[in-house]
Amino acid sequence: MLITTIYKTPDNPEGLMEESLYIKKEGIVDNENEHTTWVEYWNGNVLVHRSAHVTLKPLKTKPELGKIN
Amino acid sequence: MAANTQAVCNSFKVELLDGIHALGATVIRAGTTKDTFYGALYLVNQSYGAGTTAYNSTGEVSSANYVAGGAAITNATAPTLDGSTAIWTPSASLAWINVTFASFDCLLVYNSTQGNKAVGVYTFGAQSITAGNFTLTMPANAAATALLQLA
Repeated sequence: MLITTIYKTPDNPEGLMEESLYIKKEGIVDNENEHTTWVEYWNGNVLVHRSAHVTLKPLKTKPELGKIN
Repeated sequence: MAANTQAVCNSFKVELLDGIHALGATVIRAGTTKDTFYGALYLVNQSYGAGTTAYNSTGEVSSANYVAGGAAITNATAPTLDGSTAIWTPSASLAWINVTFASFDCLLVYNSTQGNKAVGVYTFGAQSITAGNFTLTMPANAAATALLQLA
Protein backbone atom coordinates (compact mmCIF):
# COMPACT_ATOMS: atom_id res chain seq x y z
CA MET A 1 0.00 0.00 0.00
CA LEU A 2 1.43 3.37 -0.96
CA ILE A 3 1.41 6.04 1.69
CA THR A 4 1.09 9.44 0.06
CA THR A 5 1.78 11.62 3.10
CA ILE A 6 5.44 10.66 3.40
CA TYR A 7 7.55 13.52 2.14
CA LYS A 8 10.78 13.44 0.23
CA THR A 9 13.91 12.95 2.30
CA PRO A 10 17.41 11.73 1.48
CA ASP A 11 16.25 8.30 2.62
CA ASN A 12 13.03 8.48 0.67
CA PRO A 13 13.69 10.49 -2.49
CA GLU A 14 10.46 9.52 -4.20
CA GLY A 15 8.23 10.91 -1.46
CA LEU A 16 6.08 7.80 -1.53
CA MET A 17 6.46 4.59 0.41
CA GLU A 18 5.36 1.01 0.19
CA GLU A 19 4.26 0.62 3.80
CA SER A 20 5.09 -3.06 4.01
CA LEU A 21 8.76 -2.30 3.35
CA TYR A 22 9.07 -0.22 6.48
CA ILE A 23 8.70 -0.82 10.18
CA LYS A 24 5.76 1.15 11.54
CA LYS A 25 5.64 2.26 15.17
CA GLU A 26 2.75 4.08 16.84
CA GLY A 27 2.18 5.49 20.28
CA ILE A 28 -0.27 7.36 22.50
CA VAL A 29 0.40 9.71 25.40
CA ASP A 30 -2.44 10.89 27.62
CA ASN A 31 -1.89 12.99 30.74
CA GLU A 32 -3.10 16.23 32.34
CA ASN A 33 -1.46 18.38 29.66
CA GLU A 34 -2.12 16.53 26.43
CA HIS A 35 -3.49 13.66 24.42
CA THR A 36 -0.93 12.77 21.78
CA THR A 37 -0.68 10.18 19.06
CA TRP A 38 2.40 9.63 16.92
CA VAL A 39 3.50 7.40 14.07
CA GLU A 40 6.98 6.53 12.84
CA TYR A 41 8.29 4.65 9.79
CA TRP A 42 11.72 3.10 9.99
CA ASN A 43 13.94 1.83 7.19
CA GLY A 44 16.20 -0.46 9.19
CA ASN A 45 17.77 1.85 11.75
CA VAL A 46 16.87 5.01 9.82
CA LEU A 47 13.80 7.02 10.79
CA VAL A 48 12.28 8.23 7.51
CA HIS A 49 9.05 9.68 8.81
CA ARG A 50 7.60 10.83 12.11
CA SER A 51 4.34 12.69 12.57
CA ALA A 52 2.56 13.68 15.76
CA HIS A 53 -0.90 14.93 16.67
CA VAL A 54 -1.29 16.71 20.02
CA THR A 55 -4.60 17.69 21.58
CA LEU A 56 -3.99 20.36 24.19
CA LYS A 57 -5.64 20.52 27.59
CA PRO A 58 -6.64 23.72 29.41
CA LEU A 59 -4.94 26.35 31.51
CA LYS A 60 -7.13 27.37 34.45
CA THR A 61 -6.87 30.74 36.14
CA LYS A 62 -9.03 31.58 39.11
CA PRO A 63 -9.52 35.25 39.99
CA GLU A 64 -9.63 35.75 43.74
CA LEU A 65 -11.20 38.51 45.79
CA GLY A 66 -9.27 40.30 48.52
CA LYS A 67 -10.80 41.24 51.85
CA ILE A 68 -12.39 44.58 52.60
CA ASN A 69 -11.00 45.53 55.99
CA MET B 1 -34.49 34.54 51.51
CA ALA B 2 -32.12 36.33 49.19
CA ALA B 3 -28.60 37.08 50.41
CA ASN B 4 -25.58 38.96 49.15
CA THR B 5 -22.56 36.87 48.20
CA GLN B 6 -18.94 37.79 47.62
CA ALA B 7 -17.82 36.97 44.11
CA VAL B 8 -15.84 38.05 41.11
CA CYS B 9 -18.69 38.80 38.73
CA ASN B 10 -19.08 36.36 35.91
CA SER B 11 -19.65 39.14 33.41
CA PHE B 12 -16.34 40.74 34.47
CA LYS B 13 -14.45 37.54 33.66
CA VAL B 14 -15.69 37.52 30.08
CA GLU B 15 -15.19 41.27 29.76
CA LEU B 16 -11.55 40.85 30.81
CA LEU B 17 -11.09 38.51 27.88
CA ASP B 18 -12.87 41.03 25.66
CA GLY B 19 -10.60 43.88 26.78
CA ILE B 20 -13.42 45.95 28.28
CA HIS B 21 -11.88 46.75 31.68
CA ALA B 22 -8.56 48.53 32.25
CA LEU B 23 -7.61 48.47 35.93
CA GLY B 24 -4.18 49.78 34.98
CA ALA B 25 -2.84 51.94 32.18
CA THR B 26 -4.01 50.53 28.89
CA VAL B 27 -3.38 51.06 25.21
CA ILE B 28 -5.14 53.21 22.65
CA ARG B 29 -6.93 50.74 20.49
CA ALA B 30 -7.36 51.42 16.82
CA GLY B 31 -10.92 50.09 16.81
CA THR B 32 -13.25 47.57 18.31
CA THR B 33 -12.03 44.58 16.36
CA LYS B 34 -10.47 41.65 18.14
CA ASP B 35 -6.72 41.18 18.17
CA THR B 36 -4.76 38.65 16.14
CA PHE B 37 -3.11 35.78 17.96
CA TYR B 38 -0.32 33.43 16.91
CA GLY B 39 1.06 30.15 18.15
CA ALA B 40 4.80 29.43 18.09
CA LEU B 41 6.62 26.19 18.92
CA TYR B 42 9.74 25.92 21.06
CA LEU B 43 12.49 23.40 21.48
CA VAL B 44 12.93 21.51 24.74
CA ASN B 45 15.14 22.94 27.49
CA GLN B 46 14.09 26.55 26.99
CA SER B 47 12.67 28.77 29.73
CA TYR B 48 9.21 29.70 28.50
CA GLY B 49 6.51 29.69 31.16
CA ALA B 50 4.68 31.97 33.59
CA GLY B 51 7.45 34.57 33.37
CA THR B 52 7.21 34.90 29.60
CA THR B 53 5.98 38.34 28.60
CA ALA B 54 6.20 38.29 24.79
CA TYR B 55 7.09 36.24 21.75
CA ASN B 56 10.80 35.61 21.36
CA SER B 57 12.51 33.74 18.57
CA THR B 58 15.12 32.26 20.91
CA GLY B 59 14.75 28.51 20.99
CA GLU B 60 11.96 28.44 18.43
CA VAL B 61 11.76 25.43 16.15
CA SER B 62 12.95 25.86 12.58
CA SER B 63 12.21 23.96 9.42
CA ALA B 64 11.20 24.37 5.85
CA ASN B 65 7.45 25.10 5.86
CA TYR B 66 7.65 26.71 9.32
CA VAL B 67 7.74 30.51 9.45
CA ALA B 68 9.39 32.14 12.47
CA GLY B 69 6.65 33.39 14.73
CA GLY B 70 4.51 30.36 14.13
CA ALA B 71 1.02 30.28 12.71
CA ALA B 72 -2.00 32.53 13.01
CA ILE B 73 -4.67 31.23 15.35
CA THR B 74 -8.19 31.01 14.03
CA ASN B 75 -10.34 32.95 16.44
CA ALA B 76 -13.93 32.73 15.28
CA THR B 77 -15.51 32.10 18.67
CA ALA B 78 -15.69 35.00 21.11
CA PRO B 79 -15.04 34.51 24.82
CA THR B 80 -18.15 33.37 26.65
CA LEU B 81 -19.41 31.99 29.94
CA ASP B 82 -19.99 28.35 30.68
CA GLY B 83 -21.58 28.36 34.10
CA SER B 84 -19.39 30.73 36.12
CA THR B 85 -16.25 30.14 34.05
CA ALA B 86 -15.20 32.50 31.28
CA ILE B 87 -13.75 30.47 28.44
CA TRP B 88 -11.96 30.88 25.13
CA THR B 89 -10.56 28.36 22.70
CA PRO B 90 -9.16 28.81 19.19
CA SER B 91 -11.71 27.65 16.68
CA ALA B 92 -9.38 25.55 14.53
CA SER B 93 -6.34 23.35 14.90
CA LEU B 94 -2.80 24.50 14.20
CA ALA B 95 -0.98 22.37 11.66
CA TRP B 96 2.43 22.33 10.07
CA ILE B 97 2.81 20.11 7.02
CA ASN B 98 5.98 18.49 5.71
CA VAL B 99 8.31 19.74 8.42
CA THR B 100 11.29 18.40 10.33
CA PHE B 101 11.52 19.62 13.91
CA ALA B 102 14.15 18.76 16.50
CA SER B 103 12.77 17.85 19.92
CA PHE B 104 10.20 20.41 21.06
CA ASP B 105 7.60 20.51 23.82
CA CYS B 106 5.96 23.90 24.02
CA LEU B 107 3.44 26.21 22.33
CA LEU B 108 3.39 29.93 23.09
CA VAL B 109 0.13 31.72 22.30
CA TYR B 110 0.73 35.44 21.85
CA ASN B 111 -1.00 38.59 20.70
CA SER B 112 0.60 39.92 17.53
CA THR B 113 -1.65 42.98 17.52
CA GLN B 114 -0.39 44.12 20.93
CA GLY B 115 3.36 43.93 20.53
CA ASN B 116 3.46 40.13 20.56
CA LYS B 117 2.52 40.04 24.24
CA ALA B 118 2.28 36.55 25.68
CA VAL B 119 -1.02 34.87 26.54
CA GLY B 120 -0.16 31.34 27.58
CA VAL B 121 2.45 28.63 27.40
CA TYR B 122 1.21 25.12 26.79
CA THR B 123 3.57 22.21 27.28
CA PHE B 124 3.34 18.62 26.16
CA GLY B 125 5.64 15.63 26.02
CA ALA B 126 8.70 16.20 23.86
CA GLN B 127 8.05 15.47 20.20
CA SER B 128 10.17 15.47 17.10
CA ILE B 129 8.96 15.46 13.53
CA THR B 130 10.80 13.91 10.60
CA ALA B 131 9.54 14.73 7.12
CA GLY B 132 6.04 14.67 8.54
CA ASN B 133 3.16 16.65 9.93
CA PHE B 134 2.52 18.20 13.31
CA THR B 135 -1.03 19.02 14.34
CA LEU B 136 -2.22 20.73 17.50
CA THR B 137 -5.89 20.07 18.05
CA MET B 138 -7.75 22.40 20.34
CA PRO B 139 -9.94 21.04 23.13
CA ALA B 140 -13.70 21.51 23.31
CA ASN B 141 -14.70 25.05 24.22
CA ALA B 142 -16.40 24.28 27.55
CA ALA B 143 -15.76 25.05 31.22
CA ALA B 144 -13.91 21.83 31.91
CA THR B 145 -11.89 21.77 28.73
CA ALA B 146 -11.47 25.21 27.11
CA LEU B 147 -7.93 26.27 26.33
CA LEU B 148 -8.16 29.45 28.42
CA GLN B 149 -10.38 29.62 31.50
CA LEU B 150 -11.14 32.18 34.19
CA ALA B 151 -12.96 30.09 36.75
